[in-house]
Amino acid sequence: MSPAELLRALVRKVAFGFAVAVIVSPAILVFLWMLSLSLKPDIETLDYPPSLLPETPTLDNFVAVFRDSPFLRYTINSIIVSFSATFIALAIGVPAGYGIAKAGAAKLSVLILISRITPGLSYLIPLFILFQFLGLTATLWPIIITHLVITVPIVVWVMIGFFESLPMELEEAALIDGCNLWQGFRHIALPLARPGIVVAFILSFIFSWNNFIFGVVLAGRETRTLPVAVYNVLTFEQISWGPLAAAALVVTLPVLILTVFIQREIVAGLTAGGVKGG
Amino acid sequence: MVFALPALLVIAAVIVFPWVFTIYMSLHDWQVGKPTTFIGLDNYLALATDARFLGSILRTLYYTVLAVGLPVVFGTLAALIFHERFPLRGFLRGVFIMPMMATPVAVALVWTMMYHPQLGVLNYLLSLVGIPPQNWVYDQATVIPSLVVIEVWHWTPLVMLIVLGGLAALPIEPYDSARIDGASAWQMFRYITFPLVAPFIVVAMIIRTIDALKAFDTIFVITQGGPGTSSETINIFLYLQAFAFYKIGYASATVVVFFVLICLLSLALLHVRQRAKWT
Repeated sequence: MSPAELLRALVRKVAFGFAVAVIVSPAILVFLWMLSLSLKPDIETLDYPPSLLPETPTLDNFVAVFRDSPFLRYTINSIIVSFSATFIALAIGVPAGYGIAKAGAAKLSVLILISRITPGLSYLIPLFILFQFLGLTATLWPIIITHLVITVPIVVWVMIGFFESLPMELEEAALIDGCNLWQGFRHIALPLARPGIVVAFILSFIFSWNNFIFGVVLAGRETRTLPVAVYNVLTFEQISWGPLAAAALVVTLPVLILTVFIQREIVAGLTAGGVKGG
Repeated sequence: MVFALPALLVIAAVIVFPWVFTIYMSLHDWQVGKPTTFIGLDNYLALATDARFLGSILRTLYYTVLAVGLPVVFGTLAALIFHERFPLRGFLRGVFIMPMMATPVAVALVWTMMYHPQLGVLNYLLSLVGIPPQNWVYDQATVIPSLVVIEVWHWTPLVMLIVLGGLAALPIEPYDSARIDGASAWQMFRYITFPLVAPFIVVAMIIRTIDALKAFDTIFVITQGGPGTSSETINIFLYLQAFAFYKIGYASATVVVFFVLICLLSLALLHVRQRAKWT
């Protein structure tokens, strides 16, 4: 290669690296800013000009969040809600995905699509009235049940994609050997679909964990999920940024870590259905 | 078919019941704590002349046009970059999609702090390049574009993923013959890549349109529709009618109108998609 060609190749590499840096940096910078604020003592968060690196980093904000509010309680609420909504969704959504994929019942998936189009708020008004009527409002049940609106479509959608990619021959052979439909599903299809179930679990859990709109309407003082709790911190202590950033980070950090470490699975699941809750 | 039954029952319970009940409520003067009376279509007639509601439709469309167009452009560009092979590609792709997986309320909080007119980091960054400080979400004129910036940051990764999926499915042969014929990189993009990926871009537009119309979390957390009503989209209007003013009947009618609007726009885009397939 001549020097001119080498130079051109180098310029192209640098330009490409620059382009990558430009598209990735907004994501990195916003989260770094969040981290930076959460590690600064209160006085420093109000410094002008602001600096990205805290001068005297401290974990006081995180301590304050858990000490001054029942944040632990809300964390437990969030864990209970997201796990319950996800497990119920898997229990009914995995067989449903199987049934729809094997029967080629595309029309049924339209029903799932409608649930994707409908704004979350439109479920809330009638369900809010219903839960009040049933006297369930002081429990976590209303939140878990409404979260099914998000988790069931995600699971069904991801599983349809997965079961469609599995070969039919194995189950057909099993049926010939005298398995019934249920055994074919239970012993042949289900073990093969394990990677799909993992993807469905992760996505369903994350979108349930992130959900705000159902909690903000249905949760009482004791039954708040984390996003609702963080929102309430905002309205009552507008200017104390350190604890606020710490609270926001506590809520979203598990999700971010999960995203970076298992991005391959998440990408596979998301492209399968273009899913998103709410 | 039997396998789908439990899920269908749950969906029926959680989706069909609310719809039937919503339509029923929308035909009543229904307020929390007051007796309900049947009023036929009066709620709908009232909506048709409610300036606040009509304003919210215009704001929603304004927000949606920006919040669909910009992520689609940026997301497609990002997909073209991530389609190349380079070191740390998988890790960086994970970093790139962090915003769309992050908890919206947490995202809204950080942006609120960054948008603060006196102490926010964004005005500081603007001052470095000599631009006067902005009021961002605290000014009627800039509140919607400012909220759109967050939406773009938040959801460009979803567009990137969908388009990237389309790029991954491209055949190799047309490129080989184009290269032999001496086509430039731009010509290959314009005449091979773009037409083949167009259907995926339209899918991304449909999904983005649905989500932008329904946008709630960040708007609600940051402005609650303010200042005044200048960022009150249909969804925020709906929330306030139902859970701040407790006008359940009126809010239910709003839900029905809102849903029809979303369906019409989605169908229009689906129509575009059918055409994109044939060209």
